Amino acid sequence: MKKQNYDIAIIGGGVVGTAIARELSRYKTDVLLIEKENDVGQGASNSNSGVVHSGFTAPVGSLKADVCMYGNSHFEEICSELDVPYEKTGKLVVAVEEKQIAELYNLQYIGRKNGAELYIVGEDFIEEKEPNISGKAAMYSPNSAITSPYELTIAFAENAHQNGVEISLNTKVVEISKKNSKFSVKTDRGEILTDYVINSAGLYSDEIAAFSGEDRYKIYPCRGEYYVLDKNASGLMSRLVYPVPPENAGGLGIHLTPTVEGNILIGPSNEYIDSVDNEATTKEVMDKLIKEARDFLPKITRDMVIRSYSGIRSKIVPPEVGGFTDFVIEKSPKYDNFINLIGIESPGLTSAPGIAKYVVEMIDEMEKLREDKDFKKTRKGITKFYELPEEKQKELAEDNPNYREIVCRCENITKQEIIDALNNPLGVQTLKGVKYRARATMGRCQGGYCMARIIKIMQDEFDMDLEEIKLEGNNSNLFAGQAKGWG
Amino acid sequence: MMKKELVIIGAGPAGLAAALAAYEDGIEDILIIEREERPGGILNQCIHDGFGLHKFKEVLTGPEYAHRYIDKVREKELEIMTNTIVTELTDEKELKAFNENDGILHIKAEAVILAMGSRERTAGGISLPGDRPSGIYTAGLAQNLMNLQNIQVGKKIVILGSGDIGLIMARRLTLEGADVKAVLEIMPYSNGLRRNINQCLVDYNIPLKLSQTVIDVKGEDRLESVTAAEVDESFNPIEGTEYEIECDTLILSVGLIPENELSKKANVQLDDTTGGAVVKDNLETNVDGIFSCGNVLHVHDLVDFVSDEAEKAGKAAAEYIKKGHKLNKDNIFVEAGSGIGYVIPQVISKEKDQIFSMRVRKPDNEKTIKIAADGKILHEENFEKVNPSEMIKIKVSSEKFKPLEKSTIKVVAE
Repeated sequence: MKKQNYDIAIIGGGVVGTAIARELSRYKTDVLLIEKENDVGQGASNSNSGVVHSGFTAPVGSLKADVCMYGNSHFEEICSELDVPYEKTGKLVVAVEEKQIAELYNLQYIGRKNGAELYIVGEDFIEEKEPNISGKAAMYSPNSAITSPYELTIAFAENAHQNGVEISLNTKVVEISKKNSKFSVKTDRGEILTDYVINSAGLYSDEIAAFSGEDRYKIYPCRGEYYVLDKNASGLMSRLVYPVPPENAGGLGIHLTPTVEGNILIGPSNEYIDSVDNEATTKEVMDKLIKEARDFLPKITRDMVIRSYSGIRSKIVPPEVGGFTDFVIEKSPKYDNFINLIGIESPGLTSAPGIAKYVVEMIDEMEKLREDKDFKKTRKGITKFYELPEEKQKELAEDNPNYREIVCRCENITKQEIIDALNNPLGVQTLKGVKYRARATMGRCQGGYCMARIIKIMQDEFDMDLEEIKLEGNNSNLFAGQAKGWG
Repeated sequence: MMKKELVIIGAGPAGLAAALAAYEDGIEDILIIEREERPGGILNQCIHDGFGLHKFKEVLTGPEYAHRYIDKVREKELEIMTNTIVTELTDEKELKAFNENDGILHIKAEAVILAMGSRERTAGGISLPGDRPSGIYTAGLAQNLMNLQNIQVGKKIVILGSGDIGLIMARRLTLEGADVKAVLEIMPYSNGLRRNINQCLVDYNIPLKLSQTVIDVKGEDRLESVTAAEVDESFNPIEGTEYEIECDTLILSVGLIPENELSKKANVQLDDTTGGAVVKDNLETNVDGIFSCGNVLHVHDLVDFVSDEAEKAGKAAAEYIKKGHKLNKDNIFVEAGSGIGYVIPQVISKEKDQIFSMRVRKPDNEKTIKIAADGKILHEENFEKVNPSEMIKIKVSSEKFKPLEKSTIKVVAE
């Protein structure tokens, strides 16, 4: 942390924290974003379905419905400003049995009240649009879309950073207390003073909230496991395909999601667990994912799977209570300028822009924020070479030999893109940092081919020692060192 | 657009042998495209010996074996374009490639030989459960890091899968001072060559645990332990048999997958069992003028057989270029029957002697492999021992096919 005093400290660099940081960077105010991991988006923001929801599950008038609808209608614009992939695929909520059709009408009723565009369609429509999907009827949502959740989180952070927000990674908050008129935020890397604290700590938001005297909330971690299918399977479907939400399950049900990269995701499952950081996957759930996915899409087979992962929802009700709970975004009972965001789970990604606006308005009401005329709303991501038309590829390759070398052969990622990823403004230099920024290692060989090459680029172009090369976390060293008999 | 008579994708053992065979049959306008900085393919990282016993009656290391071919290719001045990656291939035999000197290249070939080899099955591919820490490597990647870049991947090792690369790496890592705690194999038998089990595990007191697998992986950042368990006949873990092995590295040797992404782009028809192309007896695919050989066609046990197969593909491509049209009327389909995993080629003509390459489904003693059609046995051979890890080749004279009326022959092991 570069300074001692800030106007606003945001705790937690997930998609919500980084969206708030970006929103605040429109104003003349000193903002610090504190993140305990060595990159942004390391919790649920990296491991969700990447869906931009159209808002038909949250009850009318709820905060969740409001911020979700805001997000849905602004997402395309935001993604275009921040150079993040966005694709309006549309969604089918499919009734596989006759008796579920009534529930489709119920969803349509709620959704339309929220302002969503929704139609009930029959078997013919499903057959025509998604011939591999089986269902009796469906609710069609043309405005549902997909994005890249990790690229979006990174983009929010980078845009905030370029507009003056300080981002302090590897920084863990240990205590917050009131010191005269300010808050003292003690971290494992020193102490800062700030006028406002925004708690967007996700799975740890209850712990952070406790420092503000807020002890009504407890986070119940709820894990969702996913499968990623090979791009070869992408021809099987092109829209989001969801089941009718299972009753009281606390999730949307296992669905099929095309990704902007061209894979299909199966998931997520829904399982309350004891620990907020247990992102393991399990054989039982993975078996279930395949089984349930095949209910809609019988052509899915196990050998299409290239990866499994899991993410953890931060729920504020225990499993025995269940049902709908709204997002909690409020001032703490003791201090007005300590804002807690608790229970931000699905549709948290879609809602992030709306939540950011909502939080900034809360601050603006307490203390008029002054607009920063120099705010730059656009941010440029890494040039995705292989997606460019060939004339453009030739032009780039002409000037820069690093565009002539393909490092990741599954995703066709060039050496220049790896270098760009390692040169990111946040200073992240892990293998996963490269993966989330440039997509290398994300393909069917899972780094079998390109990992050794990326390591070489890290050593040759960035002078990194073998011992300091990490997969993701700070203790995730990849190698034991040089082999015997070297040098 | 650059024009070439023959383009070979991959300068590994298959590509090199195919090029030389085509050259010997009169084709000089050959381009071999290789994505690595030097030819030799996977042999370059196979610094152990045991190669060449069939082909050269000598014991060679991987690089030595490769050099038998590389030296000849250089002597004949055949063009190898290294550091070049092919990203597109069409059924019109047009290729798009990238390299540092030329940038983007477009090449039109009269014939193409697919010799891209295979890739490794990954942790994701086998749905490895548990955490996803660092320290999990496929065996070939660990071998590449160790033998080509002198990088030690870890100190306390568990190996899952007893494929040959896993066995070789058990010895290699031991020689580098690592503690290889066990090799776990889900099957009741090893998928590796018998000689590798003896030379790489038995000689180094590394236990091979058959019918066991990894059911959990623990490690928040770096791998800390794996949980192993015995499995039943349907490969489900048996409750109560779990035990934890402390380790910082898990090496996966769980199979190779023919690398046919380019083949798919060219509409080459693939066989579900082999993962490689469906080929005729001259190793031509369903796409006119595109041939396939080596591990991209089916995963081989010995490189010597890759060379043999590639020579056949090279000769066939040469014949195709010279005649410029469809070579023969292949009309008999070959099927793998009971006890047989797969048979190559899948389509043959009656006019030629045939060599069938096949693998049995499970290890056994005293087996007869029968090749039958029209309710009659055309050929049979007895084997004292059969093993899925070892490819079986059976030669059948064309005389046997000539009287055939039916269009399908079946290969069974009884």
